[in-house]
Amino acid sequence: MTDLTIGKSVLRKEDARFLTGSGQYTDDVVMPRQSYAYFLRSPYAHAAIRGVDLAGAREMPGVLAIYTGKDLPDAVGGLPCGWLITGTDGQPMKEPKHPLLAQGKVRHVGDPVAMVVADTFLAAKDAAERIEVDYEPLPAVVDVRDALAAGAPAVHAEAPGNVCYVWALGDKAATDAAFARAAHVTTLEFINNRLIPNAIEPRACNASYAKSDDSYTLYVASQNPHVERLLMTAFVLGLPEHKVRVIAPDVGGGFGSKIYLYAEETMCVWASKLVGRPIKWTAERSESFLSDAHGRDHFTKAELALDKDGKFLAMRVDTKASMGAYLSTFASCIPTILYATLLAGQYTTPAIHAQVTAVFTNTAPVDAYRGAGRPEATYVVERLVATAAREMKLSQDEIRRRNFIRTFPYATPVALTYDIGDYDACLDGAMQMADVAGFPARKAEAAKRGMLRGLGYSSYIEACGLAPSNIAGALGARAGLYEAGEVRVHPTGKVTVFTGSHSHGQGHETTFSQVVADRLGIGVDDVDVVHGDTGRIPFGMGTYGSRSLAVGGTAIVKALDKIEAKGRKIAAHLMEVSDTDVEFKDGRFTVKGTDKHVPFAQVALTAYVPHNYPLDKLEPGLDETAFYDPTNFTYPAGTHICEVEVDPETGTTKIVSFTACDDFGNIVNPMIVEGQVHGGLAQGIGQALLEGCVYDRESGQLLTGTYMDYAMPRADDLPNFKVDTRVTACTHNPLGVKGCGEAGAIGAPAAVINALCDALGVKDIEMPATPERVWRAARAARA
Amino acid sequence: MELKNSRLLPVDRENAWKALNDPERLRASIAGCESIVPTGENEYEAAMTAAIGPVKAKFKGRLKLSDVVAPESYTLAFDGQGGPAGFGKGTARVTLTPEGAGTRLDYAVQAQVGGKIAQVGQRLIDGAARKMADDFFERFGAALATEAPAEVAAISSATVTGEPPGRAFPGWAWALAAAAASLVAFLALR
Repeated sequence: MTDLTIGKSVLRKEDARFLTGSGQYTDDVVMPRQSYAYFLRSPYAHAAIRGVDLAGAREMPGVLAIYTGKDLPDAVGGLPCGWLITGTDGQPMKEPKHPLLAQGKVRHVGDPVAMVVADTFLAAKDAAERIEVDYEPLPAVVDVRDALAAGAPAVHAEAPGNVCYVWALGDKAATDAAFARAAHVTTLEFINNRLIPNAIEPRACNASYAKSDDSYTLYVASQNPHVERLLMTAFVLGLPEHKVRVIAPDVGGGFGSKIYLYAEETMCVWASKLVGRPIKWTAERSESFLSDAHGRDHFTKAELALDKDGKFLAMRVDTKASMGAYLSTFASCIPTILYATLLAGQYTTPAIHAQVTAVFTNTAPVDAYRGAGRPEATYVVERLVATAAREMKLSQDEIRRRNFIRTFPYATPVALTYDIGDYDACLDGAMQMADVAGFPARKAEAAKRGMLRGLGYSSYIEACGLAPSNIAGALGARAGLYEAGEVRVHPTGKVTVFTGSHSHGQGHETTFSQVVADRLGIGVDDVDVVHGDTGRIPFGMGTYGSRSLAVGGTAIVKALDKIEAKGRKIAAHLMEVSDTDVEFKDGRFTVKGTDKHVPFAQVALTAYVPHNYPLDKLEPGLDETAFYDPTNFTYPAGTHICEVEVDPETGTTKIVSFTACDDFGNIVNPMIVEGQVHGGLAQGIGQALLEGCVYDRESGQLLTGTYMDYAMPRADDLPNFKVDTRVTACTHNPLGVKGCGEAGAIGAPAAVINALCDALGVKDIEMPATPERVWRAARAARA
Repeated sequence: MELKNSRLLPVDRENAWKALNDPERLRASIAGCESIVPTGENEYEAAMTAAIGPVKAKFKGRLKLSDVVAPESYTLAFDGQGGPAGFGKGTARVTLTPEGAGTRLDYAVQAQVGGKIAQVGQRLIDGAARKMADDFFERFGAALATEAPAEVAAISSATVTGEPPGRAFPGWAWALAAAAASLVAFLALR
């Protein structure tokens, strides 16, 4: 019997290979007779392609093939969108074709126009420089407001007015009525800034075709290889799904950007058979900026109606969300299903109405990025709440306490049912950790030095553990959202777990091993976790939406249930008792009420060497698979408190302290959870203070296309975080877990901006709150 | 981006106009310029290699003159393709005014760049554009001075009046077109 590990900070098993440079990423894979692809991309935001001259490029040394949009047969489809949103007019969203290579038109800077395959990457790139594309530039739109203006250039002929859909949620009449009788209305209008994901490992793929069995193998930096394969084979290339193996090996960060099916890997698979050699593509950093799906990019008008006591009566939200030039894989559900449904926050607001207009613009596609819709929703709710408190002269904690949900389950007016939570506990915890009581003294001390101090709260909630398939299906999802897990016990009692979840930094190999080890009474090192290979794992949905432990972990638990049930029968046979008399505890099968037992490893060996075995009643082997479809979302929640100090002379913002008190349900590995929170906070603070993707509003050129212009958060931009948790166990999964991967990015932006507004005494400041913006706001506030 | 500047040339207006109408003289004054070839009435094709920081590319440009009032002024439209490096396009308005024994040349450029130049080169373009313009004037003016009467040549060809471009127009910083355009403006003056 080994010590139980759940709740302990077991060191990450995967770190040994990551820290010693022995991880195996897609670009590390080199196939025999490897060839390389380079994609020529549009320098224009919007242009017609009058002609493409490949003659010079074809003569270049090492060139194996060049393809343009014209070379793709009709049978090859466009990249599909996996979520159908039906508009308020009852019509399906507009889904203009998203071709693998531009056909007749380019619609954003970076839109791929041609693919060159050559012996080496540099040969492919050199040849691409010889391709002459005759563009006829067209006027471009990058801002959603410009795109919706009368007479705006049309990104797609199929989408009049550049509208993809207009969608709404909530009771409009009840909301309007509540506003009519409100004692106070708080109104804000803001942009939720567009972000570029910037995973350390750029997107990459390596596709090969085997003539011997007419099959394809694709290595790709992906968060969900089965989804990638299904979309690619069934909807784009028309290949037999069982003849394509997709392997997502070690992946160096995803944050959502590697969920989607992209043109590059699809082209490499398609071309690998024609070229007859494996084709590798690895994005250069400049390409990542241009072609990874971006995040956020909302323009929102939000209103909160309150009674005279600060009780929320209603919320009204109008959001214009950029889709970019094409619909990425899950683009349509982010500003709707994952956004408007979260507008209740932690509060009892009885009436909420949200209208969302999804808009095509001449920019890179926009899709889920860490938090995906929920950071945008939290920003709306928590900016409104903080502003209302200031306007009504209530303290930040008081206004929240007057409106917290305290009875569960709680059905919100925006379609979700929260199973459990304790919002006071996290608020209390955060206020204590942040020493809110001592803030006035700190503020006064800072003022003596000419500095402005501010405190900002953000009490966020998220819907995670994506997702109950029936609910998702009713809302337009074109996929199930269950997860699969297989527990394969080897004859010696060692275990390999095959999970449909995918780890790209989350530490699943350790967390899942802890779950299995504790259940079977074996060591964490006796368990290996395999993920990311359609040739090895059962059909799984991958990792996004903080779902891995809540959904993927539960699938493993369900498989363990089956292992235990079968093991009990084998043990009962060995001990010549009825299996109902056998219990499994501490790694051994024991006859209830006696000390008669057989260890787990002996049962495993018996299953594979069934000399003494109930073969008439039981199959040999000890290898079980389970699929788990959750019955509800999980609802992690918490309160973040940010304290800033602003130098009004320079506009420099220093985050003096940042506190996060979160409820993630039960916690398997506190160190990993803390690491996830730290990473999320860094990204959330990055959005608030540093990161902003800027396209030139006239020309559609990407102006933040390098790290000189797109500021990523660095260690010295961040304080030492104060992180703690409170626990209300999720009621509907056996582990009682909720998910922790996105919380930091969801809660932090509103906390930072609320703190800045408090420090500066202003109503709003645009993200990212760069020193220039802060300096201007400080000057304006003083004037 | 917008760029305006003013230069004093050490020759009278007739000769300045003539010099600016000499494609070979212009080609020789532009570092990296390979050719300037007439393709029709007031239309030219030019080829040059430009290096802006990490981006080095061959540019092929189309130039077209309009509103030509010899020897006073004209407007130039240009459109340069640098393949994967991107593109620059825009217009330049050029005016010549007699000033003492020399000629004042005023130019105003409106330009747009795109592709990799816009994405990675922004912070380098300002300096590069200024340097290319300075280089042009140095070569062009030096050549004129050797031919001009002594008293006119005494006006230094390097004399720059008006504001230095970078300081005078902070908003123009992100554009290779400054380089491409100011070059091309002179290039095509004929």
